[in-house]
Amino acid sequence: MHSKLIVSAVQEGTGLEAVEIHGMNRGSFLLKSTLAVGAVYGAAAVGPFVQRAMAQDAMGDIDILNFALTLEFLEADFYKKGLASNLSAETKELAQLFGEHESAHVEALTKTISDLGGTPVAEPTFKFPFTDEASFLELAQTLEDTGVGAYNGAAPLIEAKEVLGAAGSIVQIEARHAAAIRLLRKEMPAPGAFDEALQKQAVLDAVKPLIAA
Amino acid sequence: MTHPEEKVQDQPALRELADDPASRKQFLKLMGGGVAGASAFSLFLAACGGNDEETAGTTATTAPAQTEAMAADGDLKIVNYALTLEYLEADFYAKVIESGLFSGASLELIKVIGDHEQQHVDALLGTAKTLGEPAAKPETTFPLDSAESVLELAATVENLGAAAYLGQAGAIKNKEILAAAIAIHSVEARHASALNILTGKSSTPDGAFAAPLSMEQVLPKVQPFIVS
Repeated sequence: MHSKLIVSAVQEGTGLEAVEIHGMNRGSFLLKSTLAVGAVYGAAAVGPFVQRAMAQDAMGDIDILNFALTLEFLEADFYKKGLASNLSAETKELAQLFGEHESAHVEALTKTISDLGGTPVAEPTFKFPFTDEASFLELAQTLEDTGVGAYNGAAPLIEAKEVLGAAGSIVQIEARHAAAIRLLRKEMPAPGAFDEALQKQAVLDAVKPLIAA
Repeated sequence: MTHPEEKVQDQPALRELADDPASRKQFLKLMGGGVAGASAFSLFLAACGGNDEETAGTTATTAPAQTEAMAADGDLKIVNYALTLEYLEADFYAKVIESGLFSGASLELIKVIGDHEQQHVDALLGTAKTLGEPAAKPETTFPLDSAESVLELAATVENLGAAAYLGQAGAIKNKEILAAAIAIHSVEARHASALNILTGKSSTPDGAFAAPLSMEQVLPKVQPFIVS
């Protein structure tokens, strides 16, 4: 059910023609350059990932980091709640380890945002509707896959190289998590040759049902 | 001549691996004729040797057109680097499949991973051609002694690939190419994670934050597998 929720939100991507470029801030300049590239190499060269990334509102690095922080808060709380439920030893071990990673991500993102002079978002209250181990793992897979898509969608918009490096370092872990959970659920660790980029709004819309307050 | 089949130790994770329909994303695929080029390895040694891989950026005295050319040149080097790694991986899996060392669910997984690497080759080759001369396909050699050692090697190579992409993220100038590299990076990470688990290792050997590797760190590690 949750996978469908997120997939339908993703499919609402806007087309290239709907993108408006305002002003000449750096983000816009980069988007314009990318459009120029597309014009030179042909429309076919502009992949779906770039389309989705360009369709997003211009976000500064701090906004992107706060977006990531929200997702990390969500994942950390998810594993914490999972550990408090009835899980097999193997799944408990996974939830413990991955939860530690997400907590480390929360810490790192919070610090980076503060260092950049921004205000880290407050931790929301979440509610996760899993009822047993099977539904816990299903939701875990969805959340990790969504995390990968969210980071991949936001990454091309990041301005500072250090922030991009940090995001890359984190998304790789989310991808590793996703693959491990998929393997546990006897699914293909990598559903496709290229991981989809998800739009920020689509991701936020998809996780909204999980936010209690 | 048939090869004796050696079954991978039955693992719970491998049983009944479902085959997700893999959607072929045909992005960045451009038509192009064959390009005769220098051998893959010498091309990238030339590309990487002595070059400052740090941000070129723009200077007050650099003309926009020149900056764009420099950026494309830098991106070509990175794309060719990635292409060479993908050629190696695709070839590796092709040879593994041919070896007959695997069967059943593990063979299925290897075929899927190999298909992904081939798709990466296709995409990067197309991209390289738009920027200039693509790296030539290298001739490879891999030890294929046993199913166990092959899985170990696969895990090594995938983890290396993931770190290699991560190492280049900040160096790519063109946003379209960056988006493509990002889309591939996380898939290599998935491959690495799965193969780590199948070889009894942690899915996240670096812990909470993945470590990047530079070109200078990666290339020597893959040199043993390149014949020419």
